[in-house]
Amino acid sequence: MSATLPPDGAASGEMLSEPLPGMVAIKRRFPWSRDPGAHTPSDVGKAAWLFLAPALVLIFVFFFLPVLASLVLSVTDFDIYAIANPPTTRFVGMANYTKLFHSPEFWQALRNTFYFALVGGPLTIAVSLGTALLLNAKLVRFKSFFRTIYFTPFVTTLVAVSIVWRYLYHTRYGVLNYGLAHLGIAPIDWLGNPHWAMPAIILMSIWKNFGYNMLIFIAGLQAIPQDLYDAAEIDGAGPVRRFFAVTLPLLGPTLLFVSVITMIGYFQLFSEPYVMTQGGPLRATTSVVLMMYEEGFRWWRMGYAAAIAFVLFVVILIATLIQFRLQKEHA
Amino acid sequence: MGKMSLTQHLIGSLVVAFAFLAPASARAQDHRLPTNGSNGGGMDTHLFRPAVDSKGFFSVNGSDILAKAGYKEFPKTWADWTTAMKKIKSQMSPRQFPILMPTNEWPQPVMFALEAGSPILRDDGRYGAFEQPAFRKGFDFYLGFYRQGFASPVSSSQVSNLFQEFERGNIAMYISGPWYIGEFKNRLDSATQKKWMTAAMPGINGPGVSLALGSSLSLFAASQHKKEAWLLMEYMSRPAIQLQFYVLTGDLPPRKAAWQDTTFANNKYTRAFRDQLERVVPLPQVPEWEEIATTIYEHGEQAIRKAKTVDQTLASLDQDVNAMLEKRRYLLAQEKPKT
Amino acid sequence: MSRTNPRLVVGEGKSTYDYRPGAVGGSAGGYGRVDSARARRRGTQIVLYALLIIGALIALLPMLWMLSASFMPTGEASTYPPHLMPSRITFDHYRDLFTRLNLGRYLFNSALIAVVVTGVSLVINSLAGYAFAKLRFRGRDRAFRILSLGLVLPVQVAMLPLFLLMKNLHLINTYWGVIIPGMASIFGIFLIRQYALSIPDDMLDAARIDGASELRIYWSVVVPGILPILATLAIWTFLATWNDFMWPLIVLSDEAHYTLPVALANLSGEHVMDTELMMAGSVLTVIPVLAVFLFLQRYYIQGVMAGSVKG
Repeated sequence: MSATLPPDGAASGEMLSEPLPGMVAIKRRFPWSRDPGAHTPSDVGKAAWLFLAPALVLIFVFFFLPVLASLVLSVTDFDIYAIANPPTTRFVGMANYTKLFHSPEFWQALRNTFYFALVGGPLTIAVSLGTALLLNAKLVRFKSFFRTIYFTPFVTTLVAVSIVWRYLYHTRYGVLNYGLAHLGIAPIDWLGNPHWAMPAIILMSIWKNFGYNMLIFIAGLQAIPQDLYDAAEIDGAGPVRRFFAVTLPLLGPTLLFVSVITMIGYFQLFSEPYVMTQGGPLRATTSVVLMMYEEGFRWWRMGYAAAIAFVLFVVILIATLIQFRLQKEHA
Repeated sequence: MGKMSLTQHLIGSLVVAFAFLAPASARAQDHRLPTNGSNGGGMDTHLFRPAVDSKGFFSVNGSDILAKAGYKEFPKTWADWTTAMKKIKSQMSPRQFPILMPTNEWPQPVMFALEAGSPILRDDGRYGAFEQPAFRKGFDFYLGFYRQGFASPVSSSQVSNLFQEFERGNIAMYISGPWYIGEFKNRLDSATQKKWMTAAMPGINGPGVSLALGSSLSLFAASQHKKEAWLLMEYMSRPAIQLQFYVLTGDLPPRKAAWQDTTFANNKYTRAFRDQLERVVPLPQVPEWEEIATTIYEHGEQAIRKAKTVDQTLASLDQDVNAMLEKRRYLLAQEKPKT
Repeated sequence: MSRTNPRLVVGEGKSTYDYRPGAVGGSAGGYGRVDSARARRRGTQIVLYALLIIGALIALLPMLWMLSASFMPTGEASTYPPHLMPSRITFDHYRDLFTRLNLGRYLFNSALIAVVVTGVSLVINSLAGYAFAKLRFRGRDRAFRILSLGLVLPVQVAMLPLFLLMKNLHLINTYWGVIIPGMASIFGIFLIRQYALSIPDDMLDAARIDGASELRIYWSVVVPGILPILATLAIWTFLATWNDFMWPLIVLSDEAHYTLPVALANLSGEHVMDTELMMAGSVLTVIPVLAVFLFLQRYYIQGVMAGSVKG
């Protein structure tokens, strides 16, 4: 499987063995009629391009083109003066990138983002896997009820829940510290202490996102044949051993898939720090995307911000490639 | 031409900037064109800004707490202010503070610097003036609030409810603008309503300077409706209309003539602001101002939390702001007539 | 642009199953051990249910508190010890939101944009997805490969120039400025394509022989056949567009056009002290998407799960 294709494994166009529901009815309903229409390949080809045109034009003009333009923008000093008066733009070569790599704020943003993704990611996946295992247990009924409940946080609007969590995290009046007080833990200044701010955001993100991966894990778990578990049980393996010997290996591909999409999503951290901490305290929660937004849309240093965006792209690309490489080794 | 065309560039660009600045902070009035204080003149050549309202900073304080500390009136000098806060602090418990001064607000350090005589930027906005003694003096005064425990180093988002803190006596003073008069009237409980008062900002040797913020109407040189815009601006500048505007919105009028109305003569809260109006100082007039202001408080935060010394902070401020102004220097150099 | 959620990238390759010989199946134990086995099962069941219930509480608690606080009188949400239930129920904050703070307008904006984007993108994406799946044409594979590259590109990279493009098209601060970038999505195309691959070719050929135009075939044969995935994509798109924050934040500068998330973020800056008010605003923002999800969860969840495992 090439690295440029998405991991869908169906590039060659396989079909399901049964027709889809609804198909049969239509087959019967469709009238057999008069002239044998000539559908030459070129007819089909023309129709195809017509069908594709709106989507491709939109995606090209409003996505691919801007991405390329971003690269161009990043080698200029396009800023507030240039928005009004484009001729004041100067070509600056790699100056933006140099400035970026010498900027302590950028390295801090990069560190913050990595912290978030590399700690929050695995934790989210762990919680997702745990709940998936719970929900997949044979002894549990009301599965879909619990499944719905666990998925609900994922569906909610991020801005809205960020605001709610901001109040939950309040040092004095927040419910979380109140709960901790019952456990004998002193109140934590979640959003005001630079050491706790990112963990606070991580915790909220785990809560918000675990439901999505949980569903994927459930699907993956259900695909594991029961005979393997039974065989292992006969061989004397306890539940823990069965997990490590049967479940985990067979979940391998799913695990990799989940971690790729989770990482990619987490590298794009923006709304939570924007709403909850405005990137503070002391820029402890400023992510790369937040910094790009600040530089590009608050200070209008668009050339500089484009450089940040491009670096983000490279980071995500490298992370994705690493994970695909790992998958190749396992497959 | 020279500066005018640069200004026109700024005008044009600022159409974009003002329209699209994200509402990250509640004080949207910061994003307005600086004024040159002119009150007339040709619209094609001048940057004219009749203020629709004005917001200068002054302090809101709990007069009962001050009285307990022995102050019938709000202190007028920095020295008096410091002494008053010391006294108040000694009468407070450890979790209470004489003044609420969030660390992520730029008006405080800027105001103190202006009072100390600092221009903030020098050389017509080409370079930062942060390592000059005037700014250092203002900055030291600003840091003093935190060093001496008068203010808790919190950010504004950590304050859940300023009014409750006032009511409970956890805070005695707060620096803000006249828009808070309405808020205080509406939100404080009846017991506390009798106990708060406004006052002008203290200065080094007497009443101090304040910032000229507030919403403005700006006429853009590239406008297609200059006549209509001008008529509107002229209309909004009439004292009677400004008075009406105040009655409708609570925004205080910037023209002194409007203040002569009886509405204000009897309003004890706005008196401080009228007094303050005499001493407003404009901010540096560069389009990078918001970025610079944010940098000032960000560096201030580091100094407050002792992550950097004062010297390091001011040096890095100069460094960062000089980098920000590089394009401005370049464009100004281009504008200069070649000799 | 609605890619703030992790993307659903379709499917994985076949996994290799390591079949172990001698798997007989059937649980262990003779009759003598039935009682203790049953007791053990009971115990495990109790533990499992307990964990599930605790988990459910954790999942729901923030939103329950949000709902509860939205009905509290002003100031009650900022007390110590924190109240979990309102001392008395008040609708003041909801009233304030709709009268003083114009939330109805933001609701309308969000709904309008979400519905339009969903409707338009369904058509555009399904046309393209079907074309990639079933229509043979020159350059199909190459175009597909280029499109897949787009999946790796984070959407934020495009935002700066896209803003400038919109500005030149005078679409800043308009509904179209938000709608247009969302009208086609690579992910949507891939999803449709994946599903459309399973339409039997002979059905399409039969229709062609009958003289139906390609468009007719699409409308009468394909669309009914991919209805489930269309439902899933519709829900997904609606939710993603409703919840989208960063792009509307950038493009919309005038309150009149704000969507709910942007308006909420704006309000939270000004009204940081009005806890109960902000909770009411959050409730109003979240209820529509929750409703859509709860009513149509079957399709939504099916879509997520089906897309992740390739049989």
